Amino acid sequence: MSFEGPLKRTSLFESHLDSGGRLIDFAGWEMPVQYSGILGEVSKVRQSSGIFDVSHMGRLELSGRDAELLLNRVLSVDISAVDVGKAKYNVICDDQGGIIDDCIVYRKCDRFLLIPNASNRETVLDWLFGNMRDGADVEISDISDSTVMIAVQGPLSVDILSKHTTTDLTRLRPFSAVDAEAFGVEVFIARTGYTGEDGFEIIASSSYGPLIWKTLENSGASPCGLGARDVLRLEAGLLLHGSDMDLSVNPYEAGLDNFVSNDRPEYVAGESLALIRQEGIARRIVGLLIDGRSVARHGCFILHEGEKIGEISSGGPSPTLKQNIAMAYIPVALSEPGTKLGVDIRGKMTQAKVVELPFYKRVRL
Amino acid sequence: MTPDQCKYSSEHEWVYLDDDGVGLVGISQHAADSLGDVVFVDLPIVGDSMTQFGKMGEIESVKAFSELFSPVGGEVVEVNNILNDAPDLVNESPYEKGWMIKIKLNDASELDNLMTMSEYDNFVIQSEGN
Repeated sequence: MSFEGPLKRTSLFESHLDSGGRLIDFAGWEMPVQYSGILGEVSKVRQSSGIFDVSHMGRLELSGRDAELLLNRVLSVDISAVDVGKAKYNVICDDQGGIIDDCIVYRKCDRFLLIPNASNRETVLDWLFGNMRDGADVEISDISDSTVMIAVQGPLSVDILSKHTTTDLTRLRPFSAVDAEAFGVEVFIARTGYTGEDGFEIIASSSYGPLIWKTLENSGASPCGLGARDVLRLEAGLLLHGSDMDLSVNPYEAGLDNFVSNDRPEYVAGESLALIRQEGIARRIVGLLIDGRSVARHGCFILHEGEKIGEISSGGPSPTLKQNIAMAYIPVALSEPGTKLGVDIRGKMTQAKVVELPFYKRVRL
Repeated sequence: MTPDQCKYSSEHEWVYLDDDGVGLVGISQHAADSLGDVVFVDLPIVGDSMTQFGKMGEIESVKAFSELFSPVGGEVVEVNNILNDAPDLVNESPYEKGWMIKIKLNDASELDNLMTMSEYDNFVIQSEGN
């Protein structure tokens, strides 16, 4: 992928420099890949708390009488079953069942908030407009540039964030959200994230970004970059659109069966997905524990009896498991946990074992 | 030994020549910083023969894989096996505890093909500008 023109910056650009971040080009955005170091940042999130600038992701608000109808047409879940103040993970599929993007959708009292990936913001917007019926009463407003989004992740995040709001966050359930006053300003707080830990995502007017960032950092949350975020989500078995799924993959192959609500004639992908479900899938995503010290990364081939049977979609060292791990698409017949497969790492062969996802699951108290 | 006493290759390896004609080899601070947390260093074994700018090994960080190239030719006489258990020494101390191999040089004039520290620093600045 190539991007024209200068890199985009979030409202936290100066904050990243102040916090010692090393900035790289990520999907056209100048974003911090790390501050102190990826391994240290991963450990902070697993053991205490880390903050991430995720403002590069999209924030699309949908309002109007027909907004619910439109979302039910494009999302893999039944939005009518989602209560006010709740969030739902879902995939947006094209009419063939290929994955355009994965998103979280929040239902607020008078509108919906949809969070597409940074590189898919325009595509999702186009898809929404393209599926809008003539004369439909839907207003879509892209508030990505006027707002900041900061993730606070890790077991101590609830204590740290609670110091700065009167809202009782211990009562905010996972995948729930509230409008709250925090840091002396109006914010939206959701108990969601992309790390496998307890945590929150905060959305506020972009002008408040640096204040919120600094306050959280001073309260003991460590700045974390995209490098740590990628390790954390891989350990937690969370897929990354563009690596682990794209238009050539359907939600069943991606193991996202639980995020597709069936039998909804209004869903654009409904018919295709029903057919795929009926016929069954030939390949699916699995977790792999990889022998040896060489790191198997995106694109490495998976072998069985000398034949190439699949490819790694994401892979890397897991500091939490102290082993190299990967996700890969392989034939369903070979996807049973415990199956031994070969991996070709730049011509060097090593062995891998199929395991259930996720690799890492936090202990819930 | 200090970084300004080393000579550097365009592949970001350094070599420091001691009085016995043995070169101590590692990667530069800039290379270590660019790679980020190193998790594995695959090095040659004692007795292996290196050619100048030929492949010396491999290095893996959390984010990236990179090949290592020997800045000088000769025979490997010692390997820093501590890096097996503590690859992070490459990040913490690239010129001291994070050294990689010692090479008995075949031809000391190969050092003339390498950059001084100030030349290397300029080289890094220029390559980052592109």
